[in-house]
Amino acid sequence: MLRKNFESEIHRLKDEILDFGGMVEKNLLDSVDALKRRDVGKSHKVVEVDKVINKKRFELENEVMILIATQQPMAKDLRLLASFFEVISEIERMGDYAKGIGTINIRMGSDDLLKPLVDIPIMAEKSADMCHRALIAFINEDVDAALLIPKEDDEIDALYIKVYRDLIAYVVSDPESIEKANWLLWVAHNLERFADRVTNICERTAFVVNGKLFEIEDTL
Amino acid sequence: MTDKILIENFSLQYEDGIESLRNINLAVEKNAITVLFGPAGGGKSSLLRSINRLNDPEDIRLINGRILIDGDDILDPKMDIIELRRRVGMVFARPVVLPFSIRKNITYGLEVMGEKDQNKLNNAVERSLNQAALWEEIKHRLDDPAIALSGGQQQRLCIARSLALEPEVIMLDEPTSGLDPISTGKVENSLQELKKDYTIILVPHSVQQAARTADNAGFFLQGELIEFSHGKKIFTSPEVKKTEDYVTGRFG
Repeated sequence: MLRKNFESEIHRLKDEILDFGGMVEKNLLDSVDALKRRDVGKSHKVVEVDKVINKKRFELENEVMILIATQQPMAKDLRLLASFFEVISEIERMGDYAKGIGTINIRMGSDDLLKPLVDIPIMAEKSADMCHRALIAFINEDVDAALLIPKEDDEIDALYIKVYRDLIAYVVSDPESIEKANWLLWVAHNLERFADRVTNICERTAFVVNGKLFEIEDTL
Repeated sequence: MTDKILIENFSLQYEDGIESLRNINLAVEKNAITVLFGPAGGGKSSLLRSINRLNDPEDIRLINGRILIDGDDILDPKMDIIELRRRVGMVFARPVVLPFSIRKNITYGLEVMGEKDQNKLNNAVERSLNQAALWEEIKHRLDDPAIALSGGQQQRLCIARSLALEPEVIMLDEPTSGLDPISTGKVENSLQELKKDYTIILVPHSVQQAARTADNAGFFLQGELIEFSHGKKIFTSPEVKKTEDYVTGRFG
Protein backbone atom coordinates (compact mmCIF):
# COMPACT_ATOMS: atom_id res chain seq x y z
CA MET A 1 0.00 0.00 0.00
CA LEU A 2 1.15 3.51 -0.79
CA ARG A 3 1.83 5.85 2.15
CA LYS A 4 2.06 2.97 4.61
CA ASN A 5 4.03 5.05 7.09
CA PHE A 6 1.49 7.88 6.96
CA GLU A 7 -1.38 5.44 7.50
CA SER A 8 0.28 3.92 10.52
CA GLU A 9 1.05 7.37 11.98
CA ILE A 10 -2.60 8.35 11.61
CA HIS A 11 -3.65 5.11 13.24
CA ARG A 12 -1.29 5.73 16.15
CA LEU A 13 -2.51 9.30 16.62
CA LYS A 14 -6.11 8.14 16.63
CA ASP A 15 -5.28 5.68 19.40
CA GLU A 16 -3.56 8.44 21.35
CA ILE A 17 -6.57 10.73 20.99
CA LEU A 18 -8.83 7.96 22.26
CA ASP A 19 -6.52 7.47 25.27
CA PHE A 20 -6.45 11.22 25.83
CA GLY A 21 -10.26 11.26 25.88
CA GLY A 22 -10.15 8.32 28.29
CA MET A 23 -8.03 10.37 30.71
CA VAL A 24 -10.59 13.18 30.65
CA GLU A 25 -13.57 10.83 30.99
CA LYS A 26 -11.98 9.19 34.05
CA ASN A 27 -11.09 12.55 35.59
CA LEU A 28 -14.69 13.71 35.18
CA LEU A 29 -16.05 10.61 36.92
CA ASP A 30 -13.39 10.96 39.65
CA SER A 31 -14.29 14.61 40.19
CA VAL A 32 -17.95 13.76 40.80
CA ASP A 33 -17.10 10.72 42.93
CA ALA A 34 -14.82 12.92 45.09
CA LEU A 35 -17.65 15.43 45.49
CA LYS A 36 -20.18 12.74 46.31
CA ARG A 37 -17.94 11.40 49.10
CA ARG A 38 -16.59 14.89 50.02
CA ASP A 39 -13.08 13.53 49.46
CA VAL A 40 -11.02 16.71 49.11
CA GLY A 41 -7.77 14.76 48.71
CA LYS A 42 -9.18 13.04 45.64
CA SER A 43 -10.23 16.41 44.21
CA HIS A 44 -6.66 17.66 44.58
CA LYS A 45 -5.60 14.65 42.49
CA VAL A 46 -8.21 15.59 39.87
CA VAL A 47 -6.65 19.07 39.65
CA GLU A 48 -3.18 17.51 39.28
CA VAL A 49 -4.34 15.14 36.53
CA ASP A 50 -5.71 18.15 34.65
CA LYS A 51 -2.18 19.56 34.46
CA VAL A 52 -1.05 16.31 32.82
CA ILE A 53 -4.00 16.61 30.41
CA ASN A 54 -2.98 20.16 29.45
CA LYS A 55 0.57 19.05 28.77
CA LYS A 56 -0.60 16.06 26.75
CA ARG A 57 -2.72 18.37 24.60
CA PHE A 58 0.36 20.28 23.44
CA GLU A 59 2.28 17.06 22.80
CA LEU A 60 -0.52 15.74 20.61
CA GLU A 61 -0.87 19.04 18.74
CA ASN A 62 2.83 18.97 18.03
CA GLU A 63 2.56 15.47 16.61
CA VAL A 64 -0.27 16.57 14.29
CA MET A 65 1.80 19.56 13.17
CA ILE A 66 4.76 17.31 12.33
CA LEU A 67 2.52 15.01 10.29
CA ILE A 68 1.14 17.97 8.33
CA ALA A 69 4.63 19.31 7.67
CA THR A 70 6.14 16.01 6.65
CA GLN A 71 3.23 14.38 4.79
CA GLN A 72 1.53 17.41 3.22
CA PRO A 73 -1.91 15.86 3.45
CA MET A 74 -4.69 16.60 1.00
CA ALA A 75 -8.44 16.18 0.87
CA LYS A 76 -9.75 13.73 3.48
CA ASP A 77 -6.33 13.35 5.12
CA LEU A 78 -6.14 17.12 5.46
CA ARG A 79 -9.65 17.29 6.93
CA LEU A 80 -8.76 14.52 9.36
CA LEU A 81 -5.57 16.19 10.59
CA ALA A 82 -7.28 19.59 10.86
CA SER A 83 -10.02 17.87 12.86
CA PHE A 84 -7.41 16.31 15.14
CA PHE A 85 -6.53 19.84 16.26
CA GLU A 86 -10.16 20.66 16.96
CA VAL A 87 -10.91 17.41 18.77
CA ILE A 88 -7.73 17.56 20.87
CA SER A 89 -8.60 21.06 21.97
CA GLU A 90 -12.22 20.08 22.73
CA ILE A 91 -11.01 17.22 24.92
CA GLU A 92 -8.64 19.54 26.79
CA ARG A 93 -11.48 21.98 27.49
CA MET A 94 -13.73 19.14 28.61
CA GLY A 95 -10.92 18.30 31.03
CA ASP A 96 -11.25 21.82 32.43
CA TYR A 97 -14.84 21.04 33.49
CA ALA A 98 -13.61 18.04 35.49
CA LYS A 99 -11.01 20.27 37.10
CA GLY A 100 -13.75 22.85 37.78
CA ILE A 101 -15.78 20.26 39.69
CA GLY A 102 -12.63 19.29 41.61
CA THR A 103 -12.04 22.93 42.54
CA ILE A 104 -15.65 23.33 43.74
CA ASN A 105 -15.24 20.38 46.11
CA ILE A 106 -11.99 21.89 47.44
CA ARG A 107 -13.58 25.31 47.93
CA MET A 108 -16.59 23.85 49.76
CA GLY A 109 -14.22 23.16 52.62
CA SER A 110 -15.85 21.30 55.50
CA ASP A 111 -19.45 22.05 54.50
CA ASP A 112 -21.80 19.13 54.04
CA LEU A 113 -23.54 18.64 50.73
CA LEU A 114 -26.92 20.34 50.58
CA LYS A 115 -28.44 17.01 49.59
CA PRO A 116 -27.20 13.56 48.58
CA LEU A 117 -26.22 13.55 44.92
CA VAL A 118 -28.69 11.68 42.71
CA ASP A 119 -28.90 13.24 39.25
CA ILE A 120 -25.41 14.73 39.14
CA PRO A 121 -23.62 11.32 39.12
CA ILE A 122 -26.06 10.18 36.42
CA MET A 123 -25.19 13.27 34.35
CA ALA A 124 -21.47 12.56 34.81
CA GLU A 125 -21.72 8.91 33.76
CA LYS A 126 -23.91 9.71 30.79
CA SER A 127 -21.63 12.56 29.66
CA ALA A 128 -18.47 10.46 29.96
CA ASP A 129 -20.14 7.66 28.03
CA MET A 130 -21.27 10.04 25.27
CA CYS A 131 -17.73 11.40 25.03
CA HIS A 132 -16.29 7.91 24.75
CA ARG A 133 -18.70 6.87 22.00
CA ALA A 134 -18.18 10.16 20.14
CA LEU A 135 -14.43 9.53 20.10
CA ILE A 136 -14.90 5.93 18.94
CA ALA A 137 -17.12 7.21 16.11
CA PHE A 138 -14.51 9.86 15.29
CA ILE A 139 -11.58 7.46 15.01
CA ASN A 140 -13.71 4.96 13.08
CA GLU A 141 -14.96 7.79 10.83
CA ASP A 142 -18.47 6.51 11.48
CA VAL A 143 -20.87 9.38 10.69
CA ASP A 144 -24.04 7.41 11.41
CA ALA A 145 -22.89 6.63 14.95
CA ALA A 146 -21.61 10.18 15.45
CA LEU A 147 -24.87 11.85 14.44
CA LEU A 148 -26.94 9.78 16.90
CA ILE A 149 -24.98 11.01 19.93
CA PRO A 150 -25.93 14.74 20.00
CA LYS A 151 -29.60 13.74 20.38
CA GLU A 152 -28.68 12.26 23.77
CA ASP A 153 -27.55 15.70 24.88
CA ASP A 154 -31.25 16.45 25.39
CA GLU A 155 -31.25 13.98 28.30
CA ILE A 156 -28.32 15.82 29.89
CA ASP A 157 -30.09 19.14 29.42
CA ALA A 158 -33.27 17.71 30.97
CA LEU A 159 -31.28 16.44 33.97
CA TYR A 160 -29.65 19.85 34.31
CA ILE A 161 -33.06 21.54 34.43
CA LYS A 162 -34.23 18.98 36.99
CA VAL A 163 -31.20 19.62 39.22
CA TYR A 164 -31.79 23.35 38.87
CA ARG A 165 -35.45 23.04 39.95
CA ASP A 166 -34.63 20.75 42.87
CA LEU A 167 -32.01 23.19 44.12
CA ILE A 168 -34.34 26.17 43.72
CA ALA A 169 -36.92 24.31 45.83
CA TYR A 170 -34.29 23.94 48.59
CA VAL A 171 -33.41 27.63 48.38
CA VAL A 172 -37.09 28.68 48.50
CA SER A 173 -37.75 26.65 51.63
CA ASP A 174 -34.45 27.66 53.29
CA PRO A 175 -32.80 30.83 51.91
CA GLU A 176 -29.72 30.04 54.04
CA SER A 177 -28.99 27.11 51.73
CA ILE A 178 -28.31 29.37 48.75
CA GLU A 179 -24.53 29.03 48.83
CA LYS A 180 -24.56 25.24 49.08
CA ALA A 181 -27.16 25.10 46.29
CA ASN A 182 -24.99 27.36 44.18
CA TRP A 183 -21.98 25.01 44.49
CA LEU A 184 -24.05 22.12 43.17
CA LEU A 185 -25.61 24.21 40.43
CA TRP A 186 -22.11 25.02 39.19
CA VAL A 187 -21.22 21.36 39.19
CA ALA A 188 -24.30 20.55 37.09
CA HIS A 189 -23.49 23.43 34.78
CA ASN A 190 -19.98 22.07 34.21
CA LEU A 191 -21.45 18.69 33.31
CA GLU A 192 -23.96 20.25 30.95
CA ARG A 193 -21.17 22.14 29.15
CA PHE A 194 -19.01 18.99 29.02
CA ALA A 195 -21.79 17.17 27.14
CA ASP A 196 -22.29 20.13 24.77
CA ARG A 197 -18.72 19.78 23.62
CA VAL A 198 -19.33 16.14 22.70
CA THR A 199 -21.54 17.50 19.92
CA ASN A 200 -18.59 19.43 18.49
CA ILE A 201 -16.59 16.20 18.21
CA CYS A 202 -19.51 14.59 16.34
CA GLU A 203 -19.64 17.55 13.93
CA ARG A 204 -15.96 16.97 13.15
CA THR A 205 -16.59 13.30 12.32
CA ALA A 206 -19.15 14.37 9.73
CA PHE A 207 -16.67 16.94 8.35
CA VAL A 208 -13.89 14.37 7.98
CA VAL A 209 -16.13 11.98 6.08
CA ASN A 210 -18.34 14.34 4.04
CA GLY A 211 -16.21 17.46 3.79
CA LYS A 212 -19.12 19.59 5.00
CA LEU A 213 -18.88 21.85 8.03
CA PHE A 214 -22.19 22.31 9.82
CA GLU A 215 -23.49 22.84 13.31
CA ILE A 216 -25.73 20.22 14.87
CA GLU A 217 -28.63 22.19 16.31
CA ASP A 218 -29.51 22.04 19.98
CA THR A 219 -33.12 21.00 20.45
CA LEU A 220 -33.50 22.51 23.93
CA MET B 1 -15.34 35.48 -14.77
CA THR B 2 -14.87 34.96 -18.48
CA ASP B 3 -13.77 31.83 -20.25
CA LYS B 4 -10.74 32.27 -22.49
CA ILE B 5 -10.68 28.76 -23.89
CA LEU B 6 -13.58 26.38 -24.30
CA ILE B 7 -12.89 22.72 -24.96
CA GLU B 8 -15.99 20.93 -26.18
CA ASN B 9 -16.41 17.17 -26.57
CA PHE B 10 -12.75 16.91 -27.52
CA SER B 11 -11.37 13.48 -28.32
CA LEU B 12 -7.97 12.53 -29.63
CA GLN B 13 -6.46 9.20 -30.55
CA TYR B 14 -2.92 8.59 -31.75
CA GLU B 15 -2.04 6.12 -34.48
CA ASP B 16 -0.20 3.89 -32.01
CA GLY B 17 -3.28 3.88 -29.79
CA ILE B 18 -1.15 4.36 -26.68
CA GLU B 19 -2.53 7.61 -25.35
CA SER B 20 -5.78 9.28 -26.09
CA LEU B 21 -8.24 11.83 -24.79
CA ARG B 22 -11.90 10.98 -24.50
CA ASN B 23 -14.69 13.51 -24.69
CA ILE B 24 -13.05 16.34 -22.76
CA ASN B 25 -15.20 19.31 -21.76
CA LEU B 26 -13.36 22.09 -20.01
CA ALA B 27 -13.54 25.87 -19.67
CA VAL B 28 -10.27 27.73 -19.07
CA GLU B 29 -10.97 30.89 -17.10
CA LYS B 30 -9.38 34.14 -18.24
CA ASN B 31 -6.81 35.70 -15.89
CA ALA B 32 -6.63 32.61 -13.75
CA ILE B 33 -4.36 29.61 -13.33
CA THR B 34 -5.94 26.41 -14.57
CA VAL B 35 -4.06 23.35 -13.42
CA LEU B 36 -4.24 20.00 -15.22
CA PHE B 37 -2.96 17.20 -13.00
CA GLY B 38 -2.97 13.43 -12.72
CA PRO B 39 -0.70 10.44 -13.24
CA ALA B 40 1.55 10.14 -16.29
CA GLY B 41 -0.24 9.06 -19.45
CA GLY B 42 -3.47 10.74 -18.38
CA GLY B 43 -3.59 13.09 -21.34
CA LYS B 44 -2.56 16.42 -19.80
CA SER B 45 0.36 17.04 -22.16
CA SER B 46 -1.66 15.80 -25.13
CA LEU B 47 -4.27 18.40 -24.33
CA LEU B 48 -1.64 21.17 -24.07
CA ARG B 49 -0.14 20.09 -27.37
CA SER B 50 -3.59 20.08 -28.96
CA ILE B 51 -4.28 23.64 -27.76
CA ASN B 52 -1.03 24.69 -29.44
CA ARG B 53 -1.49 22.40 -32.48
CA LEU B 54 1.87 20.79 -31.73
CA ASN B 55 0.71 17.28 -32.55
CA ASP B 56 2.01 15.92 -35.81
CA PRO B 57 -1.06 15.21 -37.99
CA GLU B 58 0.55 11.98 -39.18
CA ASP B 59 0.51 10.60 -35.65
CA ILE B 60 -3.18 11.21 -35.18
CA ARG B 61 -5.80 8.61 -36.01
CA LEU B 62 -8.82 10.51 -34.78
CA ILE B 63 -9.62 14.00 -33.63
CA ASN B 64 -13.09 15.22 -32.68
CA GLY B 65 -14.75 18.13 -30.97
CA ARG B 66 -13.79 21.78 -30.71
CA ILE B 67 -11.18 23.92 -29.00
CA LEU B 68 -12.24 27.57 -28.99
CA ILE B 69 -9.99 30.46 -28.04
CA ASP B 70 -12.13 33.58 -27.71
CA GLY B 71 -14.58 31.79 -29.98
CA ASP B 72 -12.03 30.90 -32.69
CA ASP B 73 -11.89 27.19 -33.42
CA ILE B 74 -8.18 26.42 -33.43
CA LEU B 75 -8.71 23.01 -35.05
CA ASP B 76 -10.08 24.74 -38.14
CA PRO B 77 -7.69 23.92 -41.01
CA LYS B 78 -7.74 27.61 -41.94
CA MET B 79 -6.32 28.56 -38.56
CA ASP B 80 -2.98 30.41 -38.86
CA ILE B 81 -0.74 28.19 -36.74
CA ILE B 82 2.07 30.72 -36.40
CA GLU B 83 -0.42 33.29 -35.13
CA LEU B 84 -1.96 30.66 -32.82
CA ARG B 85 1.43 29.90 -31.29
CA ARG B 86 2.05 33.60 -30.75
CA ARG B 87 -1.29 33.87 -28.94
CA VAL B 88 -0.63 30.71 -26.94
CA GLY B 89 2.89 30.48 -25.53
CA MET B 90 4.36 27.22 -24.32
CA VAL B 91 7.03 26.50 -21.69
CA PHE B 92 8.39 22.99 -21.33
CA ALA B 93 9.77 20.97 -18.42
CA ARG B 94 13.39 21.37 -19.41
CA PRO B 95 14.36 24.95 -20.14
CA VAL B 96 15.45 25.19 -23.75
CA VAL B 97 17.58 28.31 -24.08
CA LEU B 98 18.85 29.29 -27.48
CA PRO B 99 22.66 29.37 -27.96
CA PHE B 100 22.66 33.17 -27.89
CA SER B 101 22.91 35.96 -25.34
CA ILE B 102 20.21 36.46 -22.73
CA ARG B 103 18.98 39.51 -24.66
CA LYS B 104 18.88 37.69 -27.99
CA ASN B 105 16.89 34.84 -26.45
CA ILE B 106 14.11 37.35 -25.78
CA THR B 107 14.30 39.31 -29.02
CA TYR B 108 14.74 36.35 -31.36
CA GLY B 109 11.04 35.56 -31.75
CA LEU B 110 10.17 39.21 -32.31
CA GLU B 111 12.93 39.59 -34.90
CA VAL B 112 11.74 36.47 -36.70
CA MET B 113 8.31 38.10 -36.84
CA GLY B 114 9.91 41.15 -38.47
CA GLU B 115 10.37 43.53 -35.57
CA LYS B 116 13.42 45.77 -36.24
CA ASP B 117 12.80 48.78 -33.99
CA GLN B 118 15.61 48.62 -31.43
CA ASN B 119 13.63 50.60 -28.83
CA LYS B 120 10.71 48.24 -29.06
CA LEU B 121 13.04 45.26 -28.76
CA ASN B 122 14.76 46.73 -25.70
CA ASN B 123 11.43 47.51 -24.08
CA ALA B 124 10.28 43.95 -24.73
CA VAL B 125 13.43 42.60 -23.05
CA GLU B 126 12.93 44.66 -19.90
CA ARG B 127 9.17 44.14 -19.73
CA SER B 128 9.22 40.38 -20.24
CA LEU B 129 12.20 39.80 -17.90
CA ASN B 130 10.41 41.85 -15.25
CA GLN B 131 7.23 39.86 -15.72
CA ALA B 132 9.15 36.63 -15.33
CA ALA B 133 10.75 38.00 -12.12
CA LEU B 134 14.25 37.78 -13.62
CA TRP B 135 15.13 41.38 -14.52
CA GLU B 136 16.70 42.40 -11.22
CA GLU B 137 18.97 39.35 -11.18
CA ILE B 138 20.38 39.69 -14.70
CA LYS B 139 19.86 43.26 -15.91
CA HIS B 140 23.61 43.96 -15.77
CA ARG B 141 24.60 41.01 -17.90
CA LEU B 142 22.11 40.84 -20.71
CA ASP B 143 24.83 40.09 -23.22
CA ASP B 144 26.17 37.06 -21.38
CA PRO B 145 25.37 33.71 -22.96
CA ALA B 146 22.02 32.42 -21.73
CA ILE B 147 23.51 29.00 -21.10
CA ALA B 148 25.50 30.50 -18.21
CA LEU B 149 22.34 31.10 -16.21
CA SER B 150 21.27 28.72 -13.45
CA GLY B 151 18.50 26.20 -14.18
CA GLY B 152 15.91 28.30 -12.39
CA GLN B 153 17.00 31.43 -14.26
CA GLN B 154 16.96 29.57 -17.58
CA GLN B 155 13.39 28.46 -16.95
CA ARG B 156 12.32 32.00 -16.11
CA LEU B 157 14.13 33.14 -19.26
CA CYS B 158 12.00 30.69 -21.26
CA ILE B 159 8.88 32.13 -19.62
CA ALA B 160 10.15 35.65 -20.46
CA ARG B 161 10.81 34.56 -24.05
CA SER B 162 7.23 33.47 -24.51
CA LEU B 163 5.99 36.67 -22.81
CA ALA B 164 7.99 38.82 -25.24
CA LEU B 165 5.58 37.81 -28.00
CA GLU B 166 2.70 39.20 -25.92
CA PRO B 167 0.69 36.00 -25.92
CA GLU B 168 -2.81 35.75 -24.47
CA VAL B 169 -2.37 32.32 -22.96
CA ILE B 170 0.73 30.75 -21.42
CA MET B 171 0.89 27.00 -21.09
CA LEU B 172 3.55 25.45 -18.88
CA ASP B 173 4.26 21.72 -18.84
CA GLU B 174 5.95 20.82 -15.52
CA PRO B 175 8.03 24.01 -15.67
CA THR B 176 9.68 23.48 -12.30
CA SER B 177 10.33 19.74 -12.38
CA GLY B 178 14.08 20.30 -12.61
CA LEU B 179 14.30 23.26 -10.24
CA ASP B 180 15.22 23.60 -6.57
CA PRO B 181 12.55 24.81 -4.10
CA ILE B 182 13.74 28.44 -4.19
CA SER B 183 13.65 28.67 -7.98
CA THR B 184 10.32 26.82 -7.93
CA GLY B 185 8.98 29.42 -5.50
CA LYS B 186 10.12 32.23 -7.78
CA VAL B 187 8.45 30.70 -10.83
CA GLU B 188 5.24 30.10 -8.86
CA ASN B 189 5.28 33.68 -7.57
CA SER B 190 5.73 35.05 -11.05
CA LEU B 191 2.77 32.94 -12.27
CA GLN B 192 0.59 34.58 -9.62
CA GLU B 193 1.65 37.98 -10.97
CA LEU B 194 1.32 36.94 -14.62
CA LYS B 195 -2.26 35.76 -14.28
CA LYS B 196 -3.32 39.39 -13.85
CA ASP B 197 -2.46 39.92 -17.52
CA TYR B 198 -2.56 36.43 -19.00
CA THR B 199 -4.49 33.20 -18.92
CA ILE B 200 -2.34 30.41 -17.56
CA ILE B 201 -2.55 26.66 -17.98
CA LEU B 202 -0.14 24.70 -15.84
CA VAL B 203 0.70 21.02 -15.68
CA PRO B 204 2.34 20.86 -12.25
CA HIS B 205 5.05 18.41 -11.24
CA SER B 206 3.35 17.46 -7.98
CA VAL B 207 -0.05 17.50 -6.32
CA GLN B 208 1.36 19.97 -3.78
CA GLN B 209 2.28 22.39 -6.55
CA ALA B 210 -1.17 21.90 -8.04
CA ALA B 211 -2.72 22.81 -4.70
CA ARG B 212 -0.45 25.84 -4.21
CA THR B 213 -1.09 27.35 -7.62
CA ALA B 214 -4.54 26.33 -8.88
CA ASP B 215 -7.44 28.68 -9.20
CA ASN B 216 -9.18 25.88 -11.07
CA ALA B 217 -8.00 22.32 -11.46
CA GLY B 218 -8.84 19.31 -13.58
CA PHE B 219 -7.88 15.76 -12.66
CA PHE B 220 -6.98 13.62 -15.69
CA LEU B 221 -6.82 9.87 -15.58
CA GLN B 222 -6.30 7.57 -18.57
CA GLY B 223 -7.50 10.12 -21.09
CA GLU B 224 -10.53 11.27 -19.16
CA LEU B 225 -11.24 14.40 -17.20
CA ILE B 226 -12.42 12.87 -13.93
CA GLU B 227 -13.17 16.03 -12.00
CA PHE B 228 -12.89 19.75 -12.62
CA SER B 229 -13.53 22.42 -10.01
CA HIS B 230 -12.02 25.23 -7.98
CA GLY B 231 -8.58 24.48 -6.57
CA LYS B 232 -9.84 25.30 -3.10
CA LYS B 233 -12.46 22.59 -3.45
CA ILE B 234 -10.63 19.81 -5.26
CA PHE B 235 -7.70 19.64 -2.80
CA THR B 236 -9.83 19.81 0.36
CA SER B 237 -13.09 18.07 -0.57
CA PRO B 238 -13.00 16.39 -3.97
CA GLU B 239 -16.30 14.94 -5.14
CA VAL B 240 -14.98 11.86 -6.94
CA LYS B 241 -13.36 8.93 -5.13
CA LYS B 242 -10.62 8.57 -7.78
CA THR B 243 -9.61 12.21 -7.29
CA GLU B 244 -9.61 11.73 -3.52
CA ASP B 245 -7.39 8.65 -3.82
CA TYR B 246 -4.96 10.44 -6.10
CA VAL B 247 -4.61 13.71 -4.17
CA THR B 248 -4.15 11.82 -0.90
CA GLY B 249 -1.40 9.80 -2.55
CA ARG B 250 -3.15 6.46 -2.38
CA PHE B 251 -2.46 5.66 -6.00
CA GLY B 252 -0.48 7.16 -8.82
